[in-house]
Amino acid sequence: MSIFIDSDTKLVVQGITGRDGSFHTRQMIEYGTQVVAGVTPGKGGQSFDGPDGVEVPIFNSMDRAVAETGANTSVIYVPPAFAGDAILEAADSGVHLVVAITEGVPVLDMARAHAFARDKGVRILGPNCPGLISPGKSKVGILPAQIVAEGPIGVVSRSGTLTYEAVFQLTSVGLGQTTCVGIGGDPLIGTNFIDCLAAFEADPDTTAIVMIGEIGGTDEQDAATYVNAELSKPVVGFIAGQTAPPGRRMGHAGAIISGSAGTAEEKMKAFEDNGIAVAKRPADIVGLIQDALG
Amino acid sequence: MDIHEYQAKERFLAAGIPVPPGEIATTPDEAESIASKYGGPVMVKAQVHTGGRGKAGGVKYAKDAAEAREHATKILGMDIKGLRVEKVLVTPAEDIDTEAYVGVLIDRSTQSATFMVSAAGGMDIEQVAETQPDAIRRLAVDPRYGLLPHQAYWLANFLYEDPGLVKQASKAIAQLYRSFVDSGASMTEINPLITTPDGKVKAIDAKMSIDDNELFRRPEVAAMRDSSSEPPSETKAREAGLSYVKLDGSVGCCVNGAGLAMATMDLVKYYGGEPANFLDIGGSSNPDKVVSALEIITSDPNVRAILFNIFGGITRCDDVANGIVEATQRIDMKVPIVIRLTGTNEEKALEILEDAGFSAYTSMDDVVEKAVQLANG
Repeated sequence: MSIFIDSDTKLVVQGITGRDGSFHTRQMIEYGTQVVAGVTPGKGGQSFDGPDGVEVPIFNSMDRAVAETGANTSVIYVPPAFAGDAILEAADSGVHLVVAITEGVPVLDMARAHAFARDKGVRILGPNCPGLISPGKSKVGILPAQIVAEGPIGVVSRSGTLTYEAVFQLTSVGLGQTTCVGIGGDPLIGTNFIDCLAAFEADPDTTAIVMIGEIGGTDEQDAATYVNAELSKPVVGFIAGQTAPPGRRMGHAGAIISGSAGTAEEKMKAFEDNGIAVAKRPADIVGLIQDALG
Repeated sequence: MDIHEYQAKERFLAAGIPVPPGEIATTPDEAESIASKYGGPVMVKAQVHTGGRGKAGGVKYAKDAAEAREHATKILGMDIKGLRVEKVLVTPAEDIDTEAYVGVLIDRSTQSATFMVSAAGGMDIEQVAETQPDAIRRLAVDPRYGLLPHQAYWLANFLYEDPGLVKQASKAIAQLYRSFVDSGASMTEINPLITTPDGKVKAIDAKMSIDDNELFRRPEVAAMRDSSSEPPSETKAREAGLSYVKLDGSVGCCVNGAGLAMATMDLVKYYGGEPANFLDIGGSSNPDKVVSALEIITSDPNVRAILFNIFGGITRCDDVANGIVEATQRIDMKVPIVIRLTGTNEEKALEILEDAGFSAYTSMDDVVEKAVQLANG
């Protein structure tokens, strides 16, 4: 099994004709994701030429794309100025999962989008995230498929390349993954650590979890408490940003220590206090997972 | 992006919030002439992007224009937490009865703009939150409705008993929310919001941070950026589309991805070094970006060694290696570079780098250890 996406995922790509959208659509189709539709306003009726002769119909709007193809998941590659609206449109179209890759979406647009999606019962992943991959089943987003393998580890992270680093190391020693999820580096994200931890706990094929956090906010602390109270599966944690100065945004809009809150020390301590094995270096993650699995 | 007090007050004024008049001086002469125009006593306030200006001696009361000149002479050019004061705000000194705090910020847990108000004004609100949490009233604004009139009234009622003051404060709170939204802010605060002996509510200090992601659609706000308040290397990085934060160490770091960049800095520290910077070079193999990154890192005289840490995912390692080789041929390098590339096509990338005379690694620990050794040696 896997979480959030699997071989039944039928994907619609919003912004399929853009540079990033078209590149990653090809990558997703090559991996075996069922890309059933694309949306670009004004290009409805055309089709997108994928690899291996795959043709993806393009629609002007999300409601048409969903009505005509039965898409149940959307991925968003549209520029930041339009991403907020694209998310709202997706959440109103009947899909149950909206994966927002776009970086740089104004945070007030996201406040509105998250409220709207909650009302509709739609899950948003991101924004400013690499998406997710369930090895051997489906990939939605931009994660490099070459570094994953099927197996029992669940991976959840606020980062992109740091996640790839951890996943690549796991795969190199033969530890494959059920699903790798990048929840995104923004302050307001739709799916948080706890949502992913709960899903991994419920997934019978996941036997251990890697959780990669960073400075800013209290999501990791809340997740640590949740692990202690609700999880039976072992969790290994890593926090990036021990050397980050307070008050400075470290690349990700959400990676900022405000006053004295959101430091790496405080998060690592919350992990330790709640029975999560803390990796001091990325290279220690694999060993801790192997220890946990016995 | 932070803006100065006087700029935040301009935003407040545009929304109708009662703000005392004030003008900016860049010389003692200007400060004196502004003060004499106002007549009575004035405040001379350093305009820098940091808190604790008062404690550092950057905010002074002047009884007349001559004293305003004296204070301005001392404050202009002063160093406050590493920032040089280039401008002072000269504003009439107000008679203060009470001081309250009113702030709005983006709150992660409620996923919305959230108000915090307190009658304990003039203090650091974080401290108040810690020592007397009951002294703060909070309200998460539902983005679907905005701040409703009765909510503004509920917040104002927490600050004052007097109906006249409550009325003025609810209006100012509603206007502050409008200013927050219209400015694309991520945080704004009035600290203190004062009452005067003649029963007026006024905002005598103002802070605002803008959500960087809003700047593209708010040119009038983007124009408020003061590049003199940041290191030139950070201005250059922003213009080159790189995410860069200058630090004090000697190991220059060039990494793709923000999380990996932070983890790399942490590992530098783990092996006994100090990172010179945070730099996220992004996902491309474009040599122009690498050139900009190297120019920025090497402009820092503390840098003794440069460390590349690249994870090649969708971008292939061999492409990145070619980009690095081309970039380093275009500039004159005076400090050693060590490079770690891993991921797709890493073997080919190592060959390219070694042929060009670089020390190349696939292990993150090995390369960081080497970089620290070079920087400390």
